[in-house]
Amino acid sequence: MLDPIFILEAVVNGILLGGVLALLALGLNLIFGVIDIVWIAYVDLVTLCMYGVYFLVSLYGWPLWLAGLAGIGIGALLGVLVHLLIITPILSSPPVNQLLATGGLLFFIQSVATLLWSTDHRSVRVSLPTLEVGGIFISFTRLLAFVLAILAMIALYLFLTRTYTGTAIRAVSQDREAITLMGARPQRLYLVTSAVGGAMAGVAGALLIIQYAVHPYFGSAFGPLTFMICVLGGLGNMVGTFAAAFIMAQVISVGGVLVSTEMGYVIAFVIFIVLMFVRPGGIFARRA
Amino acid sequence: MSAARLLGAVGLVVLALVPLLPLGPAQEYIWHVIIQIFLWSFVGNAWSLMGRFGLVSLGHGAFLGVGAYAMVLLWNFFGMTPWLGTPLAVLLTVAFALVVAYPCSRFQVVGHYFGLVTLAVGEVIRLLIVAERDWTGGSLGVSLKAGGTASDWRTLQFADKRVFYYVGLAAWLFGLWVWWRVDRSMARSAMEAIGEDETAAASVGIRVARFKMAITALSAALTALGGALLALYLAYANPDTMAGIGVSLRIVFAVVLGGMYSLLGPFVGTALTIALSEYLRIYFGIKLIGIAETIYGLLLIVFIIFLPAGIYGSIAQAVRRRLSRPSGGLPVRA
Repeated sequence: MLDPIFILEAVVNGILLGGVLALLALGLNLIFGVIDIVWIAYVDLVTLCMYGVYFLVSLYGWPLWLAGLAGIGIGALLGVLVHLLIITPILSSPPVNQLLATGGLLFFIQSVATLLWSTDHRSVRVSLPTLEVGGIFISFTRLLAFVLAILAMIALYLFLTRTYTGTAIRAVSQDREAITLMGARPQRLYLVTSAVGGAMAGVAGALLIIQYAVHPYFGSAFGPLTFMICVLGGLGNMVGTFAAAFIMAQVISVGGVLVSTEMGYVIAFVIFIVLMFVRPGGIFARRA
Repeated sequence: MSAARLLGAVGLVVLALVPLLPLGPAQEYIWHVIIQIFLWSFVGNAWSLMGRFGLVSLGHGAFLGVGAYAMVLLWNFFGMTPWLGTPLAVLLTVAFALVVAYPCSRFQVVGHYFGLVTLAVGEVIRLLIVAERDWTGGSLGVSLKAGGTASDWRTLQFADKRVFYYVGLAAWLFGLWVWWRVDRSMARSAMEAIGEDETAAASVGIRVARFKMAITALSAALTALGGALLALYLAYANPDTMAGIGVSLRIVFAVVLGGMYSLLGPFVGTALTIALSEYLRIYFGIKLIGIAETIYGLLLIVFIIFLPAGIYGSIAQAVRRRLSRPSGGLPVRA
């Protein structure tokens, strides 16, 4: 019989994981919802940001917080580049080609990373204590990352709801024909969205590098899960995505402790597949 | 099209004669590369049966994996000859494909969503193979138990690569024949209509769900056969090379590179990608690990932006425009 304390610990870890997953999925969902293109390589952009922060800290001796901020800049720059170089030429192509073009980017990033930095696992060592609350051990690093992730999401929320540009971006995701009639230029908004989405990838990268070791195939570990959370939450539905991230994180964390790590993911993916059939608009979509 | 037919016949004779040519010390290696091209083209062809009608599956690794592992495990644990194990594996895969395809067509999961659902299906199979490590060997993969002798028709294991060369050639031609039959059938028009607009297709009396499930079953069956043949040839199966996202995307990319709307597109794409990666591997050796994949990824992006019909597809399109004959030949869409 499994000690209930282990399950409780798994639940707490699931919540902490949920924060990071929510951050990853929100950035992707912003792009997915506004530009209507799935960036298959989104988590690989996060990988690049992780490498960026890692090298700034370990090679150039930058303090972690400054490297983290630089990581956000790297992310925004990557987002803009991806949009201008890859997405803009294929905006009017069939969705399949858009999916495949960013899939090509995935192969490209993973192999360039292998080429330049080999398959070594690299991590930034942060020596922070482990907290013990009522017999449960919580990594302070993960708690810190969780809190920062929540703050980043609040910032994104405020940007989208309280600023003029943010309102315009939400308007595009609701009706892309009407927005041009309102005199806004979707091309410019797409660019801003890509930059913001990329910056979110940078935030995620900076928070992930202090918890996980980065390697060229890091994106493959989190990528599929990120799309699924995004779709489960619903296109352009920020609150739904946030909730979906925590549900999936719980399934993986608790399922991992109760059965095995792989089975935790299997259960999460099967839940995704089944929900796609019964609620294709996301778990919080109103039924048509 | 008699010129094209003649060209095809000559090409076929050349391919059939390759194992008989004196190719020097590298002959085993050349056969090995060509066998891989045959088998992966066969799988690519199977994928394009669905892909050309807008059913872009990112989870064909699942069918490949189920086919390969079912055949290997039936032989390893129950001693069932691949002659029986392969058809069983194909049947099992078809059953599995229908379980996935039924709700997909029933609930109209299309476009992005179809891609993501199939992606998840591929990952589920890969993770299950890794999780059931007592049977499957987990992420280390599983070797096909050796049969009695060096060349054995009962176990379909041959020390001589030339036997598999002809098996691969036959499989590839069979795949082309199936593609051609589908292309010439009424089902093609129906599937194209469904790919354009399901509701409109249903309104003119096309049984949408039935057609979609049939083409999925056919595609899955051929993919599973390809998986079983690959596992037989390599005498080994691995969850990363036989299931999951990596291999699923690789199948799609090879086909897109060649052209998914044309008969020989998957072959051209697969031959190019395998030849390119083999060439770069030999040229750079272990000096620059990842360079082959880097160039490959870059090419994919460039191709999808500038040549969405693929290499072979674009050439065929250009030739057709030149000739612009009203009948004959294969339809090529952009």
